[in-house]
Amino acid sequence: MSDLSALEASILNDIAAASDEAALEAVRVAALGKKGSVSAELAKLGAMSPDERKSYGAAVNTVRDRIAAALADRKAKLGDAALDAKLAAEAADVTLPLRPSALEAGRIHPVSQVTEEIAAIFADLGFSVAEGPDIEDDEHNFTALNFPVGHPAREMHDTFFLAPGANGERKVLRTHTSPVQIRTMRTKTPPHRVIIPGRTYRNDSDQTHTPMFHQVEGLVIDRGAHIGQLKWTLIEFLKAFFEVPEVEMRMRPSFFPFTEPSIEVDIRCDRSGPEIRIGEGKDWMEILGCGMVHPNVLRNCGLDPDEWQGFAWGMGIDRLAMLKYGMPDLRAFFDADVRWIEHYGFRPLDLPTLIGGLSS
Amino acid sequence: MKFTLSWLKEHLKTEAGLDVITEALTRVGLEVEHVEDPASALAPFVTAKVLEAARHPNADKLQVLKIDQGDGKPVQVVCGAPNARAGMIGVFAAEGTTIPGSGMVLKAGEIRGQASHGMMVSEREMGLSNEHTGIIEMPEGTPVGTPFAPLMGLDDPVIEIAVTPNRPDCLGVSGLARDLAAAEIGEAITRKPQTVKGAYPCPVKVTLDLDDPGLAPAFALRMVRGVKNGPSPEWLQKKLRAVGLRPINALVDVTNLLTIDRARPLHVFDAAKVSGDLVVRRAKPGETLLALDGKTYSIDETMVVIADGNGVESLGGIMGGEATGCTDDTVDVLIESALWDPFNIAKTGRALGVHSDARHRFERGVDPDFTVPGLELATQIILDLCGGEPSDIFLAGEIPDTRRAIDFPVSEVKRLTGLDLHAAEIKIVLQNLGFTVSGAGEILKVAAPSWRPDIHGKADLVEEVMRIVGLDKVPAVPLPKTESISCAVLTPLQKRARTGRRALAARGLGEAITWSFVSKPQAEMFGGGKPELALANPIAADLSDMRPSLLPGLVAAAQRNADRGIAESALFELGQIFLGDGPDDQRLAAASLRRGQPRHWSGVRAPDAFDAKADALALLSALGIDTSRVQIVPGGPDWFHPNRSGTIQLGPQNVFGHFGELHPRLLKQLGTDGPLAAMEIVLDDLPEPKAKPTKSKPALAISDLQPVSRDFAFVVERRVRAADILRAALKAEPKLIVGADVFDVYEGKGIPDGMTSVGVAVTLQPRDKTLTDAEIDAVSEKIVAAVAKATGATLRG
Repeated sequence: MSDLSALEASILNDIAAASDEAALEAVRVAALGKKGSVSAELAKLGAMSPDERKSYGAAVNTVRDRIAAALADRKAKLGDAALDAKLAAEAADVTLPLRPSALEAGRIHPVSQVTEEIAAIFADLGFSVAEGPDIEDDEHNFTALNFPVGHPAREMHDTFFLAPGANGERKVLRTHTSPVQIRTMRTKTPPHRVIIPGRTYRNDSDQTHTPMFHQVEGLVIDRGAHIGQLKWTLIEFLKAFFEVPEVEMRMRPSFFPFTEPSIEVDIRCDRSGPEIRIGEGKDWMEILGCGMVHPNVLRNCGLDPDEWQGFAWGMGIDRLAMLKYGMPDLRAFFDADVRWIEHYGFRPLDLPTLIGGLSS
Repeated sequence: MKFTLSWLKEHLKTEAGLDVITEALTRVGLEVEHVEDPASALAPFVTAKVLEAARHPNADKLQVLKIDQGDGKPVQVVCGAPNARAGMIGVFAAEGTTIPGSGMVLKAGEIRGQASHGMMVSEREMGLSNEHTGIIEMPEGTPVGTPFAPLMGLDDPVIEIAVTPNRPDCLGVSGLARDLAAAEIGEAITRKPQTVKGAYPCPVKVTLDLDDPGLAPAFALRMVRGVKNGPSPEWLQKKLRAVGLRPINALVDVTNLLTIDRARPLHVFDAAKVSGDLVVRRAKPGETLLALDGKTYSIDETMVVIADGNGVESLGGIMGGEATGCTDDTVDVLIESALWDPFNIAKTGRALGVHSDARHRFERGVDPDFTVPGLELATQIILDLCGGEPSDIFLAGEIPDTRRAIDFPVSEVKRLTGLDLHAAEIKIVLQNLGFTVSGAGEILKVAAPSWRPDIHGKADLVEEVMRIVGLDKVPAVPLPKTESISCAVLTPLQKRARTGRRALAARGLGEAITWSFVSKPQAEMFGGGKPELALANPIAADLSDMRPSLLPGLVAAAQRNADRGIAESALFELGQIFLGDGPDDQRLAAASLRRGQPRHWSGVRAPDAFDAKADALALLSALGIDTSRVQIVPGGPDWFHPNRSGTIQLGPQNVFGHFGELHPRLLKQLGTDGPLAAMEIVLDDLPEPKAKPTKSKPALAISDLQPVSRDFAFVVERRVRAADILRAALKAEPKLIVGADVFDVYEGKGIPDGMTSVGVAVTLQPRDKTLTDAEIDAVSEKIVAAVAKATGATLRG
């Protein structure tokens, strides 16, 4: 019996000493393999008496089971150790910086974002979006809008002209988005509720003027639209756009050839600090022009001014963007400086909606 | 339009203060742009008596003064002025006062050991003049402790308003008073000019010799002989200076006075310098005039002039001539009060570049009915200031009758503004503004006054009522809600523009907005430069032509960034391009441009044609275009690298964009460092999404049978396009083959020169039963045969 114990002790010792899975397998084969030492002990059973066989057999089987268990245990430990070693070898420095992802790097220009914000607000009031060409004829840009030929109001527009065509006609770059009012009224059947965003052009350049800029025009034509509704529409728009609970608005009578009565609108703001704050303070800032569509304009579009009436307004998208988001210089809007775009631009998934809020 | 408060009060009797008046002006549409109230800056300065003046113990040139500022509590002031002496009355500023001349705030302190609590000031310190030899000395007997500004008449605020082009009547102070009176700020007290009886017929006659009488409908002229001209009195000079006009001499100053006071420009000729009678006619080619501004103008037959025996003497309604101008020596003066055609005045003024107060008023419209009264008023003032004997008035032409009766249903006010006013209220407002209103009930008969050329119809009258009653009285009324839930309001193109922006931004590109105009060379390099797209008056030479493509703007932007030290740009723009000058020649395009990539531990690869292609296809995919059906044809327009560019199309007649690396030669011409990868797609050219009868998607067809993939290595000539290999493979057995992709491209060892090995993985999807090896082999053979036939490919050995 002591031989068997010695054998077991020796094998268990070998198992513990096996340093890798191959060595362990060698120990297993030497012990439990067909020609292994434990198998040899079992082979001895055949030469024994039934009683001896019974008792010795049980003893050898117990040893064999213990060895098998020890082997399994050792194998698991070696496996874990091997995996640990592999994992250690696979160490990665996860502090290495990533390349910015596309979603992180991409930007939407503030003018596009603000245009979408404006459209979201007016879509809620049932306005659709109308557009028209940048290159206009004199008829749409001026005459149909009740700018008499030679009138000083025309001169105030600093118009860009294109080279005269073969027929002597001199096209212009539209000086405002109002020609699209004409195109809308001439091609569609009233009532109308449209906003008209787009690029406009004036031959003027300084810190607050660029030769190209963006305007959005609004037009409502029906059988009852009046200045009281215009007032409500603008107040509600300004509150929604600037995302403030109150906006104090001042309407002043003014003059535009295409509206009668004509009105300019100021909003109360605070310009005492580094940024302009809307809805508080003691300053007034002019923000848009508006009025009732002039009867001559309605007539020019084939509408009877005693039957149809309505209002229109126009404002600078760039300027609204500057006021809301604090860009100081209009010229930078069109410079495509990647640092400016990254700083003032919006992320690809910043979708302005009324349900989610215009800005995040 | 500038005027002073006291001038306004000559026409408006009111108790209202400056703030109420300026607020009312803005409220009625006469926007106050600026108010300069000298009294506010000068308010802290009071008269003060020097009680004692003693030599400063520590300084020879300084004195220590005891000052009485009227409150019985004398203060000590150290003063360096040589004229400071006991008993004199000067002007004192206490501690805390800001000195207008220097902007300095006075602080109490010690000057060489003596306390000083304020300052006796000089004219320069007050910002009044450059006088600084001593402190201001007030006349003896001036009350002590009185504010200085009113004593000197320096407390008259100057108000500057923006007058809209439709309100020429408000280019005169009397017109402003009328509006303010209507707005219940006071009572208009403008005096009506008295007729001045002539002592003799006007010796100079006027002929209106015009093909179009409308160019100068009326011309009134009168002589005043025996005047004594010279500097006008101080009150008149001060008045003119306060509104920014330079006093010349009494006769000229009177004309300027009436221009501002009554919006009635006049002209005075020195009768001695006028030869014979006057004729109003078109200028003749080649004529010139040395005008009162010292400049010589070349005039032509589109312009109307006043001429005498010596030739052209005055540009009618714009500016007089130097030769017949009035000087201090003028004895006999001819006063002109005429009417001119606004359009012609505007045109002439513009052509000559003359901006005069007369042009400013005549091109907007001068009250025709005031032509003769204005002349009477001018005569009276000249008689008052310069003496002399007036002639009768000679009137050529006739004063046009501009009265227009307008039928005005009072309900128009409510219809257009929402203001609910009583008919009587409407009537009173109009009458206060000078309108003649007759009739009662629902429809009034309204005639506009002669000074309101802007009133033509009902809407104009509504505006008058609205602006005087006040826009603040207009109630805000909600716009009626639409009757149903809002449906989509964007057109397919508008939707594509929005989605396109987000898709390109999601590719890591930053959105740029560049000018719609580029330089002519840029336009030409990118397929444009048509003469009809060149601006006649560009703001700069490099912004001269409407852009045919978004790329030149983006290329220039990338270079600007590079010049600022930012080598990497990843930009896109989505905006209009111009193929012609017609309304249908404008297109909406989207373009991306990539330049450089920052160094990174994970590796660096300069953007190339495949980045541009990826931008283009990502955009198309986001816009609902099935990119698997899109054809990529090698090559593109001239501005691309000829062998690293592609055209995106759905057939040769349906090209909608290009991508690739930009041509190095073009970049060199543009002064730009490359390489630049770019793409441009014209959104208008994309097929419109098809309207579907149902929103339901087709049933999902997936098989329980596993797909099988087989790899092939085709050896082809280098010119063979991968797209052709894939197309041939896909078509070999369309029922089974659902996909083919390139997994490897190899040239080099083992592959003959000029050949490429292209590894293609083909996916087979069994439909109703698992494929046997024999079936798979049969399909493979078909694939190899089809690719070989299409491209000459052989299987790599």
